[in-house]
Amino acid sequence: MSTSQPTFLIEDLHVSVENNEILKGVDLTVDQGETHALMGPNGSGKSTLANALMGHPKYVVTRGRVLFQGEDILRLTPDQRAKMGLFLAFQYPVAIPGISLGNFMRAATRAVNGTGVTAGEFRKQLTERMKLLKMDSSFAARYVNDGLSGGEKKRAEVLQMALLKPKIAVMDETDSGLDIDALRTVAEGVNAIQTPEMGVLIITHYQRLLNYIRPQFVHVLVAGRIVKSGGQELVEQLEAEGYDPIIREVEAAA
Amino acid sequence: MAVKAQDLRGPTDYKYGFHDVEDYKYKSGRGLTAQQVEEISRMKGEPDWMRQFRLRAHQIFMRKPMPTWGADLSGIDFDNIHYYVKPSEKTEKSWDDVPPYIKDTFDKLGIPEAERKFLAGVSAQYESEVVYHNLREDLEKQGVIFRDMDSGLREYPDIVKEYFGTIIPPGDNKFAALNSAVWSGGSFIYVPPGVHVEIPLQAYFRINTENMGQFERTLIIADEGSSVHYIEGCTAPVYSSDSLHSAVVELVAKRGAHLRYTTIQNWSNNVYNLVTKRAVAYENAVVEWIDGNLGSKVTMKYPGIYLMGEGAKGEVISVAFASAGQHQDAGAKIIHVAPNTTSTITSKSISKGGGRTSYRGLLKVYKGAENVKSFVRCDALMLDEISRSDTYPSIEIDEDQVSIEHEASVSKISDEQLFYLQSRGLNEAEAKTMIVNGFFEAFTKELPMEYAVELNRLLQLQMEGAIG
Repeated sequence: MSTSQPTFLIEDLHVSVENNEILKGVDLTVDQGETHALMGPNGSGKSTLANALMGHPKYVVTRGRVLFQGEDILRLTPDQRAKMGLFLAFQYPVAIPGISLGNFMRAATRAVNGTGVTAGEFRKQLTERMKLLKMDSSFAARYVNDGLSGGEKKRAEVLQMALLKPKIAVMDETDSGLDIDALRTVAEGVNAIQTPEMGVLIITHYQRLLNYIRPQFVHVLVAGRIVKSGGQELVEQLEAEGYDPIIREVEAAA
Repeated sequence: MAVKAQDLRGPTDYKYGFHDVEDYKYKSGRGLTAQQVEEISRMKGEPDWMRQFRLRAHQIFMRKPMPTWGADLSGIDFDNIHYYVKPSEKTEKSWDDVPPYIKDTFDKLGIPEAERKFLAGVSAQYESEVVYHNLREDLEKQGVIFRDMDSGLREYPDIVKEYFGTIIPPGDNKFAALNSAVWSGGSFIYVPPGVHVEIPLQAYFRINTENMGQFERTLIIADEGSSVHYIEGCTAPVYSSDSLHSAVVELVAKRGAHLRYTTIQNWSNNVYNLVTKRAVAYENAVVEWIDGNLGSKVTMKYPGIYLMGEGAKGEVISVAFASAGQHQDAGAKIIHVAPNTTSTITSKSISKGGGRTSYRGLLKVYKGAENVKSFVRCDALMLDEISRSDTYPSIEIDEDQVSIEHEASVSKISDEQLFYLQSRGLNEAEAKTMIVNGFFEAFTKELPMEYAVELNRLLQLQMEGAIG
C-alpha cells in the first residue's frame, strides 16, 4: 500500500482476563502483503492477543489501541471488525450443530463481502477453494466444526479465510493438532490464498509451520511482551536453543 | 401379547350407559349440555351410532376432572366456549378484528394477501379450486379417499365406523372426551393397500371446510403396504378468537405401511391448544410424527405410537418455541407391544423472554417385546435467565432384552459460539438466529422446502424480537 500508515497497528496493548493482566504492553505492526510470525512459550499471552484483536468480550483491553487502516477498532464488535477485513483462524473452532459449512460460509461471505456474489458464483468459489485445500466436496454439507477431526477443523478455518479474503488474518496456532501431511496441506493452502492485499500474523509455539510458510518478520512474546523481533534466523535460533535462553535474558533484565 | 388393539378401544359398554334426556338436565348451565351435543349430531344428520358415541363422550367429559399434572389450565372457562357454530350462522369476521402483531408478522413473512385472510380466520378458503380438483382426480384414480371428516362419515360410514375412536377412545382424557362429543371438521384419509401417495396431502387442499376448527377430528388409515404423508397447519401465525382448541388425531398404519404426519401449529397467543394424537403401527409399519409447536398460550400435546406388530418403527420429532406468557408442554409416547420394534424420539425446545417449555415423555416396553430398540433425545435451549425448561421423562420397561438410550441436555447459547459467528461478520442477532436454526435443524430438514424456509424466517423474526 502506498499510504504511510501501516494497515494494522498495535500500540501498547494491555489485556486482562478475569482481572489478571496477561498482555503488558504489546507493540506490533502488520502491513498488507506481509507475513509475521509471533512465537512464544505456553502462557506467554499469544492466544490472548489473538482473541483481544478480534474482540472476544472475555478479553478486556485496559490500555493501548489497535488501529486498522487508521481507525481504532477496540470499540467495535467482532462482526464490525470482520467487516473491515480482520479475520481470526481459531485455535479451537467451536461447533455450530445443525448449520452446514456451505450455508454458514454463504451467510458469512454475504455479511463481509456484500451481496454481489450470486449463489452460483459462490458455489464455484467454494468448490475451487475446497479443492485447493484437498477437502472433499461433501464437506460443505457437514455441520460447522461438529464432529470434525482436528485437521478437518483447521482446514475449514483456512477455507473460511480463503473465502472471506481478509486484509489482515490472524492465525492462532493453526498448526496445533495437525499431523505432518495435514500441516503441509494447510500451509500450502495459506500460501496459495495469500495475496499482496493480505497481511498474515501467524501465532505458533513451534517452528514447523514456518518451514512451509516463510515469514518476513518474527517476534517472540514472553510474559505479555514482545521481547525480540527479527527475521527467519530467529526461528532457527529458537528451534536450536528453545525459549529458555530468551526467558533468562528477560528475567535478567527485569 | 399384552395389549391388543381392542383394548385400546373406548368403553363401548360403558357402565353408565346411555341416559335419556331428563338425566342431563341437572348438568345444563355447566357449559356443555347433552342437548347441545344431540343438536350437533342432528344438524349434521349423523347416523345413530355417532350420536350415541358423542353422548357417551359427553358424559365422560362431564365426569372427568381437569388434568392437573401438566400445564396450568385454570384459565379455561367451559361456560364461555362456543362448542359448535352452524355454518349458516357463521358471521364473517372482519380483518379489523385481527390483532396488530399478527398482521405485522404476516407482513414480515411476506404472506400473500389471500392467504392472510384465511390464516386470520377471516376467509374460509384460499387454495384454488382447480388445484384441488386435479389433485382429487389423481387420488381417486388410485382409490385414495381424502375428505373432511364430516363428509367422510357421510360417504364412507363403514370405514369410519370401523376405526373412529378405536385408537383414542373418549375415555382417554377429558379433552379427547370433549372432542369426541363436539367434533367438527378435520381430515379423513384412506389409502388402499399398496398405494403410494407421491405428493404430501395438505389439509388446506380441502375446500369449503373447516380446516382449523376448534374441535377437529382426523382419522388416517394407511392400508397394507401403502404410504402417505399428511401435512397440516402452517408456520405463519393463525389467529383464532376461540380460546380452546382441542383436536383428536388417530392414525392406523397396517402391515408394511408408511405413514408420516407433519404438523406446524402457530396459534395466536390466546389459545389453549390441547391435542390428543395417537397412532397404531402393525407389523413392519412405520409411523412418523413431525410436530412443531410455535404459538398458543398453552399447548399440551404428546403424539403417541403403539408399536403393535413385529418390526414396526415409530419416530417422533418435535420442536417447541415458547416466548413470554407461553407454556409448551409437549413430548411423545411410545408403547412397544411387539418384539423387534424400534423407536426414536427427538425433542427440541427453545424458551425465551420468560416462556416455558416442558418435555413430557413416556416410553413403555411390554413384557415379551424382546429386542426393542429405542433412542430418546431431548434438548432444551434457553435464551435468557428468566425462561424455564423442564423434563419429565417416564420410562417403564417390563422386558430385559431391550436397548434403551436416553439423552437430555439443557443449554444456553454459549459466548464462544456467538464470538465465533460474530468473528465471521454476523451481528449478534444474526448469530443467535443461526444457532437457533441449527438447534431446530433435526426438525426443519424433515419439512418440505417452503415450510422450512418460512420456519427459519419466523425464527429470525422471533430472535430479532420483532414480534410479540
